Amino acid sequence: MFTFDFTGEFAAFFILSAVMICGAVLMISLEKVVHMVISMAAVFLGLGGMFVLLEAEFVAFVQVLIYAGAVSILMIFGIMMTRHQASAPQPRGKTFEALAAIGVLCLFGIMFYAIRQTSFPERGALMEAGEDNTMAIGELLYTGYVIPFELLSVLLTVAFIGAIVIAKKEAD
Amino acid sequence: MLPSYLTMAAILFCIGLYGALVKRNAIVVLLSIELMLSAVNLNLIAFSKYGAVPALTGQIFALFTITVAAAEAAIGVAILIALFRARGTIHVDEYDEMRR
Repeated sequence: MFTFDFTGEFAAFFILSAVMICGAVLMISLEKVVHMVISMAAVFLGLGGMFVLLEAEFVAFVQVLIYAGAVSILMIFGIMMTRHQASAPQPRGKTFEALAAIGVLCLFGIMFYAIRQTSFPERGALMEAGEDNTMAIGELLYTGYVIPFELLSVLLTVAFIGAIVIAKKEAD
Repeated sequence: MLPSYLTMAAILFCIGLYGALVKRNAIVVLLSIELMLSAVNLNLIAFSKYGAVPALTGQIFALFTITVAAAEAAIGVAILIALFRARGTIHVDEYDEMRR
């Protein structure tokens, strides 16, 4: 199952996944919170590249805009608005950390075993309208998925108004 | 290629889960949750290309997930700022009024 012929896609996948794993591990292990956010932005950019590999160009650009742009900047704002001088709070107890690591490793083992054991069916017919990804997504959004789309816009509006109301200084 | 994409998503998800469990800074916990959501997005898009029935539905679902994750990040940071004003700390284990 894990036999690869060395194609360009595999090479690009390898480089991108190396970048992403490095970024994620750095996010866990770095000292300062701002550096964590920057390494997280590297992970999000790598994920965008992986979406391009998977022929999802529109989602890739949305990923770069929303995650690598907006969410990272929002997190940096959050750090700046709160106390950020006190970098690297001493971690929780060693036992808790070890227990969490063991649990997470067990979860990963289970998922890896499941992925290895599953025999995925062969790829079906080629995706229709892979040429103009954005147009196909737009058509699908405004025909089949128009109600979830509108609901989602209402959710976004409510969420952002709620965020403003929560973060506003209370008049006292 | 599908199993390697799934493995990659599993690795990202596990790193995010570890960060969300272990880290004390609430902003880093939020970032880890974003990482977990991104891993799910990678799964959706991988299945949208390599699944048994390749379709654009996976990409649409990924877009919806990204939207909800953006809303979640905004609300999360707003709540953190309000909590920081009230308590003067952003360490998650110091928010323990409900269990004292």
